[in-house]
Amino acid sequence: MEQAAFYIFAALAVVASLLVIGLRSPMHSVILLIVSFGALSGLYLLLDAPFTAVTQIIIYAGAIMVLFLFVVMLLNAHTEDDMGGPRISGPAMGVGALLSVLLAAEMLWALQRLGVTGFGPDPGGSASISSVARIGGALFTTHAFAFEVTSILILVAMVGAVVIARREH
Amino acid sequence: MSAIFNQTVLAHFILIFVVFQCLVLSAAFMVWMERKVCAYIQDRVGPNRVGIEGSLQPFADVIKLLFKEELRPKAADALLFTLAPVLSAVAAFAAFSVVPFGNETTLFGLLDQPLRLEVTDVNVAVLVIFAITSMGVYGIVLAGWSSNSKYSLLGGLRSAAQMISYELAYGLSLAAVILLAGSLSLREIVTNQSGYWWHVIPRWYIFLQPLGFLIYMTAGVAETNRAPFDFPEAEQELVAGYHTEYSSMSFAMFFLAEYVNMVTVSAVATSLFLGGWYGPFLPEWLGWVWFLIKVLLILFFYVWMRWTLPRYRYDQLMEFGWKFLLPAAILNLIATAALVIWLG
Repeated sequence: MEQAAFYIFAALAVVASLLVIGLRSPMHSVILLIVSFGALSGLYLLLDAPFTAVTQIIIYAGAIMVLFLFVVMLLNAHTEDDMGGPRISGPAMGVGALLSVLLAAEMLWALQRLGVTGFGPDPGGSASISSVARIGGALFTTHAFAFEVTSILILVAMVGAVVIARREH
Repeated sequence: MSAIFNQTVLAHFILIFVVFQCLVLSAAFMVWMERKVCAYIQDRVGPNRVGIEGSLQPFADVIKLLFKEELRPKAADALLFTLAPVLSAVAAFAAFSVVPFGNETTLFGLLDQPLRLEVTDVNVAVLVIFAITSMGVYGIVLAGWSSNSKYSLLGGLRSAAQMISYELAYGLSLAAVILLAGSLSLREIVTNQSGYWWHVIPRWYIFLQPLGFLIYMTAGVAETNRAPFDFPEAEQELVAGYHTEYSSMSFAMFFLAEYVNMVTVSAVATSLFLGGWYGPFLPEWLGWVWFLIKVLLILFFYVWMRWTLPRYRYDQLMEFGWKFLLPAAILNLIATAALVIWLG
C-alpha cells in the first residue's frame, strides 16, 4: 500500500516536472509545478513528516506559486513566444546539453558511491522530523547561524528587488 | 473483508457523508439567510414564495441553474476553465475535514469504539487548514485567467494580491493561538479551552486573544472575498469579476465554494477562539449544538457586515492589510510569546 503510494507520487512528481519544462504555455507550466509540489508533499507524508509536507504546500504551492501565477497573468503570455526575449542559439544549446549530461553522470556516480539501494523506515529519524517542537529547537539552537544567514539572504534579495523596481521612476 | 469493513470504518464513512451533506445544506441555508437578512436590512421582505418563508428558494435556484446552458468563451483555455470551479469547491470542502465539531461519542452505546466527531484528526490540523485555504485562491485566479476576458483577469489578479496580503496576518493570528495552546491539533486546542475561570468566564481564547480574534475575523473576510473586501467581484467595476464568463453549474460551484468557505472560516474561528463545542447548560453529548450556535452567530455577523458596510477602495485595502493588520498581528504574536514565556 505504502509502496504503491510512493510510486504514484513519485511518478506524478517526475511527469509533472518534465511537463513543466516541456509545455509551451507558461500558465500550464505553473499549474504543473504546483502538481509536482503536491506530489512531493505526498512523499513527505509517506516519510512520516506531516509538518514538512504541510509547510511544503503552504510555502511553495500556496505562497510562491501564487506569485508566479501573478507574474504570468500580468505579462498575459499565452505561449512562451509571447514572452519575447532572445532565442537560445545553437552552440549555447550544445553547451547546455553537455552540462546536463555531465550533471546526470555525476549524480549517478554519487548515488552509487553512497550505496543507497532502498529506503527503509528509520526508527530514530522519523520521530525527530515529525515533531514541530524538535524542528523549532534545532532551528534556533544548532542551526541558528544558518537560519539567520538565510533570512539575511532573503532580506538582501528583497531590498535588491525594491531598488530595481524604483530605478525606473 | 470483515477486517476492512468493520464497524469503525463504516461509522467513518457515514460521518464523512453526513458532514459533506451538512456542508452542502449549510450553503443552501446561507443563501437563504443572506437574502432574508439583506431584505430586512433594506426594509424588504425577501424571498417568501417557495416553501415556508422562502426557505426552499435555494433549491429552486439550484434546479434553475441545472437547466441553464453551460457557456464557454471561444478563446478560453478549455482545460483550466473547467478545472477552476472544481478546484474552488474541492478546496472549500477539504478544509472542513480537519475541523472537530463535537466530543467523542458512542451514539448511546451503538458503537464499540467511541467515534470522534470530525472527519480526521491530524496533528498539524491548523496548518492543514491554512494550506488548503491558500490553495483555494487558485480556483479564482485560474478562472480569471482562463476566461480570457479583461474583467475576469482583473478579478483574478485582485484576488491573488488580496490573498497574499491578508494571508500573512491570517497566519500570524493563528500562530498566536498555537503558542497559547502549545499544540497544532485543533482537537487539542479546543479541549484546552474547556472549564471556567472563577467558575464564570469560560476559558476561551477570545478572552486571552481579543486582538488576535479581530485580526483573524478581518483577514477571514478578506480571504473569503466577502464585502467590504469583495474586490475580486466588485460588480460596479468588474461586472462579476472572476466568474463573469461562468454560467449554469460551474457558476453554482463558485457560489457553493464561497459559502462553504465562510462556514469553514467560522468553524475554525469557533474552534480557535470560542471554545469549540464547549458551553454551559447542555450535556456533553449535545456539544455540537453549541458548536452550531457559535458558527451560526459568526455567519450572521458576516452577512450583517456585508449589507451594512460599503466596499473599501483598492488602495485602502492594500494599505490596511500591510500597514495596519500585519504590524498589529506581529505585535500580537510577540506579546503573546513574551507572556507565554513569562507565565511559563
